[in-house]
Amino acid sequence: MSTRLIKHGTLVPDTWVLVKSPNELESLDKLSGQDLIVPLPFWLTERQSIESREGQTAVWLNSNEIPESIAGYLDRLPLVALNFPEFKDGRPYSSARELRQRWGYQGEIRAVGDVLRDQLFFMKRCGFDAFLLRDDQNPDAALTAFHDFQDAYQPSTIQPLPLFRRR
Amino acid sequence: MYRYDQYDHQMLADRIAQFRDQTRRFLEGQLSDAEFLPLRLQNGLYVQRLAPMLRVAIPYGMLSSAQMRKLAFIADQFDKGYGHLTTRQNIQFNWPALADVPDILAHLAEVEMHAIQTSGNCIRNTTTDQFAGVAVDEVEDARAYCEIIRQWSTFHPEFAFLPRKFKIAVCGTRQDQAATQVHDIGLYLLKNEHHEIGFRVLVGGGLGRTPVIGSEIKAFLPQEHLLTYLDAILRVYNREGRRDNKYKARIKILVKETGVSDFRDKVEHEWMLLKDGPLTLTRVEVERCRAFFHDPQYKSISSHSNELEAALNTDVLFSAWYEQNISEHKKPGYAIVTVCVKKTGFAPGDLDSDQMRFIADLSDRYSFGEMRITHTQNLVLADVEKSQLYILWKDLKTRDLEADNLGLLSDMICCPGGDFCSLANAKSIPVAEAIQRRFSDSQLREIGQLSLNISGCMNACGHHHVGNIGILGVDKKGEEYFQISLGGSADHNTALGKIVGPSFSQEEVPDVIEKIVTVYQQHKASGESFLHTYNRLGMEPFKEALYGNKADEHQTD
Repeated sequence: MSTRLIKHGTLVPDTWVLVKSPNELESLDKLSGQDLIVPLPFWLTERQSIESREGQTAVWLNSNEIPESIAGYLDRLPLVALNFPEFKDGRPYSSARELRQRWGYQGEIRAVGDVLRDQLFFMKRCGFDAFLLRDDQNPDAALTAFHDFQDAYQPSTIQPLPLFRRR
Repeated sequence: MYRYDQYDHQMLADRIAQFRDQTRRFLEGQLSDAEFLPLRLQNGLYVQRLAPMLRVAIPYGMLSSAQMRKLAFIADQFDKGYGHLTTRQNIQFNWPALADVPDILAHLAEVEMHAIQTSGNCIRNTTTDQFAGVAVDEVEDARAYCEIIRQWSTFHPEFAFLPRKFKIAVCGTRQDQAATQVHDIGLYLLKNEHHEIGFRVLVGGGLGRTPVIGSEIKAFLPQEHLLTYLDAILRVYNREGRRDNKYKARIKILVKETGVSDFRDKVEHEWMLLKDGPLTLTRVEVERCRAFFHDPQYKSISSHSNELEAALNTDVLFSAWYEQNISEHKKPGYAIVTVCVKKTGFAPGDLDSDQMRFIADLSDRYSFGEMRITHTQNLVLADVEKSQLYILWKDLKTRDLEADNLGLLSDMICCPGGDFCSLANAKSIPVAEAIQRRFSDSQLREIGQLSLNISGCMNACGHHHVGNIGILGVDKKGEEYFQISLGGSADHNTALGKIVGPSFSQEEVPDVIEKIVTVYQQHKASGESFLHTYNRLGMEPFKEALYGNKADEHQTD
């Protein structure tokens, strides 16, 4: 069981299986009862069959995939994962904000992929609330990253008012 | 000037602690080069040919005397005793040690300075006209809005990893000395018929490999919507800007590929979501920021100064400097002084630590303790009494700061070039010096206003596209060559220069510039500027003078 998952400021066991490619899904039966995070293209075409099995289903978007493509289904998705193919790819930050701002998504937004300590603070402020760290990251050190800054100028999901409305 | 409160101070303190830890982890091997790269860049730290280079932010070019003294201290303590003024109104140090950088940042924080987002694929230092607040022709002082944008862009969580760097300029003067139209976003302050303040918004301007003049996407954006609209533009860019090719990643390419009209629609669509939200500027916040840039305690004095008149009548050298380096001030009896940091024999825009301290002292004595950096790499003392100009000039002479070539051919914009920069194809500083040495002071004066900009490579840090004469260093089979362009301009009528023809060797460049100037002088009407003459004549006479029938002998690039 992975201990690389941060939620609510603490390390928690990961109960979800991240399916990186549909090739891993040859037999859905074997995964019956598992909570799965599946790729968007697969989910769009196979939604009905995968949702009919036992266990919860969530979807992950790559950085080039836009939240609008799942906007109609958000009320039944307990979790949306946003993939950082590399940490320098800044698109998932906008995706997270769109999910929260435009689509009012209340479920879990999980950062997956190239998730490193030094970007966690940005991610959290954009609406991510779960962080699956890259294998080599020190999870305990990563926990401190959320406290790098005491405050920020911009509004965010953790502080809805910009500093200029509070100072 | 803007002064920090406890929030601003705390944010800098947190930033330094964060970067100290990141630097430690890098030096201990816990962070890879690739992972440390954007972290150090967003703290202004490059790795150059010879040593790291640290670029310190000077927000919209405004600097206090205490800050300038701190820069002098850093130059002495951590560098080789000098710094280089940049075209983003910043200053950079070429020789700091990587391990010292967190300490340097801590020193800077003591005087409310930092190196945040002076590099990297993020929103960079917002720039403006160096005469903001003192110009006679001003619509509105841009500095309060620059500070509002500085705070909005600092550690913006969504836009720390953009496809590429992002530059914003705000201009409130009619003259526009900020090169506003060649910025990713250019904002012109306007007042509508109800005297309400707003912005004309241009997007997609830029220099670099693909020079483009920005396109208007909003004719009048009321000021309260400034930040929500910027958020909307940046979100469209962050989502859709190209990430597959570094050279096509700037917003100008996205705007071109999308089309201005469709791009505007996308921004409006995003904006509808954000408009009137919490980022909408409050009257209180605008007033709070404007209050930092109120007029200093000007005296009520006559616009005529007997001391000045007397000096102008008796001292020819002073008079020459006065003619060239002094601009009209909005207050009677005051003048704007530009200290030209382009003296022949000195690298353009370089200041040594003695000069820094000295200018800081002069600003305390003559100009309310403040100064400004210009995007043309000079320094401004913005509020000098006319009666003090003569004594100020005498003071400047004692430190080689009396150059009277402001706006003339020898007042070049010049990047650090191949002497320092690992990207450069060619060394730009020796070329600048060779050109400066070619013309005498009286020749320069006779030639008159002429901007000459030099970049050592196509990344165009020296703004060669918008120089009346532009010089670009190119690599030709391992040799340094220089391509010449004509007709560029960075003012309200921004224009991109056109390449004259095949490039020249370094030795040929001074001759080439001289020939170009000769054509101008032969054809100009009385009082006609170089740019106007060129626009009237076109390229042909210049081409003829440079290549004649021998054009075939040169290889084309």
